[in-house]
Amino acid sequence: MLKQVEGSVAVAEAIALCRPEVVCAYPITPQTHIVEGIGALVKTGELENCEFINVESEFAALSVAIGASAAGARAYTATASQGILFMAEAVYNAGGLGLPIVMTVGNRAIGAPINIWNDHTDAMAVKDAGWIQLFAETNQEAVDLHIQAFRLAEELSCPVMVCMDGFILTHAYERVDVPTQEEVDAFLPSYDPVQVLDPADPYSIGAMVGPEAFTEVRYLAHEKQLQALRLIPEIADVFKDVFGRESGGLVHPYRTEGAETIVVALGSVNGTIKEVVDAMRDGGAAVGSVSLCSFRPFPLTELGEALGDAKHVVVVEKSLAPGLGGVLASNVRMALRDSALPVYTVIAGLGGRPITMAALEEVLVAAAAGRLPDTQFLDIDHGVVEHDIIRARKTRRSGPTAENILKNLAAATAVAAGEGDTS
Amino acid sequence: MMNIHQPVYLEDKLEEVESSGKLAYRSQTLPTWCPGCGYFSIVEGVSKAMTDLGLNQKDTVCVSGIGCASRFPFFMNTFGFHSLHGRALPVATGIKVANDDLTVIVVGGDGDAFAIGGAHIPHAARRNIDITYILFDNGVYGLTKGQTSPTSIVGFKTTTTPYLNVDQPLNPLMMLLSYGASWVAQAYAGEPHHLTEMIEAAVAHRGFSYLHVLSPCVTFDKTSMTYKNLGMTVRPLPGDHDTSDFAAAMAAAQNTDLPQLGVYFAKERPTLADGLNEIAARAEATV
Repeated sequence: MLKQVEGSVAVAEAIALCRPEVVCAYPITPQTHIVEGIGALVKTGELENCEFINVESEFAALSVAIGASAAGARAYTATASQGILFMAEAVYNAGGLGLPIVMTVGNRAIGAPINIWNDHTDAMAVKDAGWIQLFAETNQEAVDLHIQAFRLAEELSCPVMVCMDGFILTHAYERVDVPTQEEVDAFLPSYDPVQVLDPADPYSIGAMVGPEAFTEVRYLAHEKQLQALRLIPEIADVFKDVFGRESGGLVHPYRTEGAETIVVALGSVNGTIKEVVDAMRDGGAAVGSVSLCSFRPFPLTELGEALGDAKHVVVVEKSLAPGLGGVLASNVRMALRDSALPVYTVIAGLGGRPITMAALEEVLVAAAAGRLPDTQFLDIDHGVVEHDIIRARKTRRSGPTAENILKNLAAATAVAAGEGDTS
Repeated sequence: MMNIHQPVYLEDKLEEVESSGKLAYRSQTLPTWCPGCGYFSIVEGVSKAMTDLGLNQKDTVCVSGIGCASRFPFFMNTFGFHSLHGRALPVATGIKVANDDLTVIVVGGDGDAFAIGGAHIPHAARRNIDITYILFDNGVYGLTKGQTSPTSIVGFKTTTTPYLNVDQPLNPLMMLLSYGASWVAQAYAGEPHHLTEMIEAAVAHRGFSYLHVLSPCVTFDKTSMTYKNLGMTVRPLPGDHDTSDFAAAMAAAQNTDLPQLGVYFAKERPTLADGLNEIAARAEATV
C-alpha cells in the first residue's frame, strides 16, 4: 500500500512482514527508529510469534541474533556506526559461521571525532567479514531489499547487511509502497535452516580449525559470495514478478548509453547524481551513472560491462581509506583491471557534509576535460587544513586537531558576525 | 530556608556565584541538558567540591563515555576526555596508571555504565584504582531519546518497550559492593548540598569510590524516577549505619523502594598504584 512514511518506519514494517522470530534491539542513532518501530508492532500484535528483546549493547545484539539463528530462528537486528565496530567480532563470527541473519545498517560516520551524521565508513569497516552488503538508493528500495535479504540469506546460509543512509533515508518521509502480508508470504518461504540442531546427528558450532582446513573454509565463504552474484539478480527477477517493480540486483546503470563520463556511487547519493546526469545530458554532455546495489559480493564483471564504453570513470564515495584514498574506487579499479580507463576518486559527504549538484557537476566537467586529480575531497576547505598543518608544525604541544579546528571555526564565525575579537 | 515571598534577583545570585570561586572550574560551554535535568546539580556539586577541596584544574581530569551524562567534561574547566560508548573506566584507568598524580573523576550514565560498558566496572572496582566514579542514574537512555535502560523499573514504558519493560532493573549499589569497590555511596540530585558533600568525600577517598546519584530525566521519564517520586521516597541512611560493616551496606542497598542516601561502605585497602609500586619494588629487590 502506498503511504507517506518515514524510512525507518517503512523498514520496520517490512521486517515485520518478513515474520522474524527474534529481533534484538539496542538504540544507536540513526538506526533507533527502526527497532522502536518494530517494538511498536510487537505491542499492537501486528508482529506475532516474535521475541523482541532489548539487549545491553550492539555486541550483545548481534551475539543474541547469532544464538537465535543457530537455534533455528529467523533473526534480525539493526545498528549503525560505533555499534558496528563494537560488534565487529560478532560480525565476522556470523559471517564465518554462515548464519543467515539480516541486519540493517543506518550508515553513519565513525569517530573520533564523534559524529552522528551519514557516511559509509561503518559499512566499509566490515566489508570483508563475509556478509553480503546491499546498499539502498531510496526508502522504497530499502523496504524491498530487506524482503529480498531474508530470502537471499536463507538460500545461501549467509548473513546479509542492508545499508541505508543515516538520516538521508532513515529519517526521510517518502512515498513508499509497503507490500501486503500475502505478497511477502508468496515471495519469502518460512525459514528452513541449513544448520539445525539435531539430536540424531549432534554437533557443536564454532569448531577450532587449524592450517589444515582454514583456507578451505575461507575459500568456501568466498565461493558463497560468488554464488550470490548469480542469486541476487535471480531473486530481484522473482521479486519483480511478485511485486511488479524493479528493486535490488547488482548494478543499476543510468543513461550510460554513449556516456563518456560515468559516475559510480553507493546509496542515496545516486538520486542527486541522476539529477546532475539529467541536467548535464540536457546541456549536451555525454554523462551517465551506475548505482551499485551490491557491494559484497562486488560485481566485477557486471560493473566492468556497465563502464566498458566510458572514457572517464568518477567514483563518488562516502568513505576514506587514510593513506590510500578511496575504498569503493579501489574496488572499481579491480573491475577495470583489463582497461586503461582513468578512475578518479571523489571523497564526498564525510560526516554528513552535503553533496550538492553544483559540486558534482563541477567534478564531472573537470573529469570530462581530464582535469581531475586522482583523488579529490569534494568541497574541502583547504584554508582550514593548511591552518592546522601550520599550527602543528609551529607548536610541538599543538593539541587535539578536531578541537582546534572547531575553535577556529567558532572564532571565524564570531568575527564574521562582528562579535569576535579581531586583534 | 528560602523565603518564597522574597524575590530572588539574578544580579544578587550572580555576585554570590562569582565570589564563590566555583566558576573557575566551569568551562565557557554551557550544559546542553534539558531544563530541569538532575545533571545540573551534579555539575554544580562537582564545581563546589573542587573549590572546597582546592583541586587544581590542571591536575584534574574528567573522563566520560557516551550519553547525556557523558557531555559533562565539556562543561568543566579541567582536562576532559569524552571517550567511547561504555569505555570511560578503562580510559580513566590508562590515565591514572600513566600519571598517578592526577585526580581522575569519571562520570557516566546508567546505560553507559551498566549496559554497553558493564564489563569494565567489576575490574575497576576490584583493582581499587584511585579514581572517583560518579554515576548519573536516570533510569533511561536520554541521548537516544528515551529507551529502556538497565536501571529502568519493570513496567516502565519507553520507545523500545511500548508494551512495558519486563526486565528486572540492576541494583548498582549491591553490584559495586560485591565487586569490591572500597567506597560506595548514594546521593540524589534533588538534594544538592548532600550531593556536594558526597562528591567531596568520594574524591577524598583513596581508592575506587563509587557515588550513585539518583537523577530525574524530566523529558523521558514522567512516571518513575521523577522529582516527585524520589522526593517522597529518598531518606538518609540511619544515623547508626556502620560504614565498615559490609553486610549492613548490602542490607541497606537492598531497599530500592525507599532509597537511602549517604555512605554505605568505606574501607581503606591497597590501590592499584600500591600494587604496581610493590611489583616494581620487588623487581628492584631481585636485581
